[in-house]
Amino acid sequence: MSKLNIKNLIKSFPSMDRPAVNNVNLDIESGELVAFLGPSGCGKTTILKMITGLFQPDSGDIILDEQSLLKIPTEKRGVVMVFQNYLLFPYMNVNENVGFALKMKGVDKNIIDQKVKEMLELVKLPDIGLRKPKQLSGGQQQRVALARALISNPRILLLDEPLSNLDAHLRDEMRDLIVTIQQKLKVTTIFVTHDQEEAVLLADKIALIFDGELQNFTSPKNYYEKPKNIKAAKFFGGVNFINAKKHNDKLSTNIGTVHYKGENYTDLNEDNIITIRPENIKLSKNNDFNDNSFKGLIKSVIFSGTHTRYKIIVKDLELECSLQSVGLQDIKTDDTIYVHLPSDKIWAMNE
Amino acid sequence: MNNNLKKINIYAIYLGAIILILPLIAFFINAFSFRWFYPQVIPKELSLQAWVRLKLIPKPGQRTFEGFIELWASNPAVIKALLNSLSIGFLVTIVSIIIALPASRVLGLLNFRFKKLIIFIMVSPTILPPIAFVLGLNINFISWGFSGNYFGVCLVHLVPIMPYVVLTMTGIFANYNPDFEHQARTLGANKTRTFLLITLPAIAPGMVVAALFAFLVSWSQYLLTFLIGAGKVMTLPLLVFSTASSGNPALTAAISIIFIFPAILILFFTSKFVSGESGATSGFGKI
Repeated sequence: MSKLNIKNLIKSFPSMDRPAVNNVNLDIESGELVAFLGPSGCGKTTILKMITGLFQPDSGDIILDEQSLLKIPTEKRGVVMVFQNYLLFPYMNVNENVGFALKMKGVDKNIIDQKVKEMLELVKLPDIGLRKPKQLSGGQQQRVALARALISNPRILLLDEPLSNLDAHLRDEMRDLIVTIQQKLKVTTIFVTHDQEEAVLLADKIALIFDGELQNFTSPKNYYEKPKNIKAAKFFGGVNFINAKKHNDKLSTNIGTVHYKGENYTDLNEDNIITIRPENIKLSKNNDFNDNSFKGLIKSVIFSGTHTRYKIIVKDLELECSLQSVGLQDIKTDDTIYVHLPSDKIWAMNE
Repeated sequence: MNNNLKKINIYAIYLGAIILILPLIAFFINAFSFRWFYPQVIPKELSLQAWVRLKLIPKPGQRTFEGFIELWASNPAVIKALLNSLSIGFLVTIVSIIIALPASRVLGLLNFRFKKLIIFIMVSPTILPPIAFVLGLNINFISWGFSGNYFGVCLVHLVPIMPYVVLTMTGIFANYNPDFEHQARTLGANKTRTFLLITLPAIAPGMVVAALFAFLVSWSQYLLTFLIGAGKVMTLPLLVFSTASSGNPALTAAISIIFIFPAILILFFTSKFVSGESGATSGFGKI
């Protein structure tokens, strides 16, 4: 149960022309499961390594429970990291691997044996204690690495791409296990991933990082519904973007005036961008909507199982809409259509 | 592999072994014979005379336990040289590995400018004829007071040894994953324990190979010991050469056996690390 504050963190490497981590501020509450999300090379693993103490930041601070970590050596921070490739010590068997952290603390051998047994049961691998890491599958190695990390009750658990080396079916299983264990032990957990789906499924909050800069730190739901900027929206599959100008309580765009109900209206600049999820757009052949309705032309219809995707040209703009395939009106390419952007579903953000 | 080819390979290995072992057999016979001359195929008379002259076996009639003890305690030249060779060998092996450890770690794990040049400079003692650098070194060693003593000989042995040790250990670190150390650190191991429990087991097989090279290069060093030791530090190779020039084949054979025996013993115990199947040159990287 520990809360972590990252303040103005900066780290540069001589081989890079921009800072690897550029002025990152984050406040992670106790017991939260947080994802660091971003493309590879965006600096997310660098932040993890600074939290463990394997890298020293150029400036800024990392504060765990009101105490700066920077002067504390790695082994005394209570921050445990599980590396991407598990790194089980090859010369030790599973029991010795899992018990490693307690052995370093000088805990009595009987207590270690007892705890190792408990941890292996927790990760659902009770009977493999005497095997060597080489004899384990990738999924088993991952679980052992998790057990090894958790045995000493770390204050912070760091997972570097925990699912990326696993097969698809193992990935689901492992994801559930991580969530279950995290909720059971309430350990503050940060994991790094480049897969937004993984981040959405696992995390309470996602820190989106591009080029060493924190873009946004909020719940997965907000990334879909209330993205902070166009980059964040695009990373989460946003496709519809409309340039808009603030104008007397409304937003005026190329395709017409848009009514807006978002709570951030007062924060908006003069120039801003409207976005809407493809699944929130409504279509109708007759103009039976009250507001935010625009006439357009169907450019393409793509059936993709449960959903059908439409591309619609509205004036010079192309919008994408995704409707449930069940009970659809008969809409074909080149049909004239009315596009409805519900005022409570659109979201405007500053450029 | 083709079966015939396999057979040929096996025969080739046997042939190689025979070529290597035959002279040793001749050596052995010679060391225990009395006046074995051409055209005798086997010696007419066996004798321990050579060993008696080396003061390793007492004269006939004194060959009791006490006799052996008394003889060896009188500090014969062979035993003195043997102990010198062994102690110099072990000492320079340990020192060379301690020096090479950080150097090879950097060379194996990092890439930087002039890395190839640094490696070339480090390997240069293996290309240069020893006489070329030892004459220059000798002048300095005399003025520093390292000439004609044990310390100077140890120091000069490091010159031909370091390239082998650094290169072998660079190979280990090139395949070594330092994240294992980071993992151990985050699990609560301090730097010392991380080195002992994680780094050392990973590099140990390769270190044994490097130590083997180091010891054998030191063990067979003649010229450097001769020049820097100035005749005051007697090692086995020096004794072998001076005995060989005396022209008694039995004596030369006997002392040669003493010279090669420790080397064979060490090779025997470390051979499993030298074969490509061990982790000697892989560290944790390939596991």
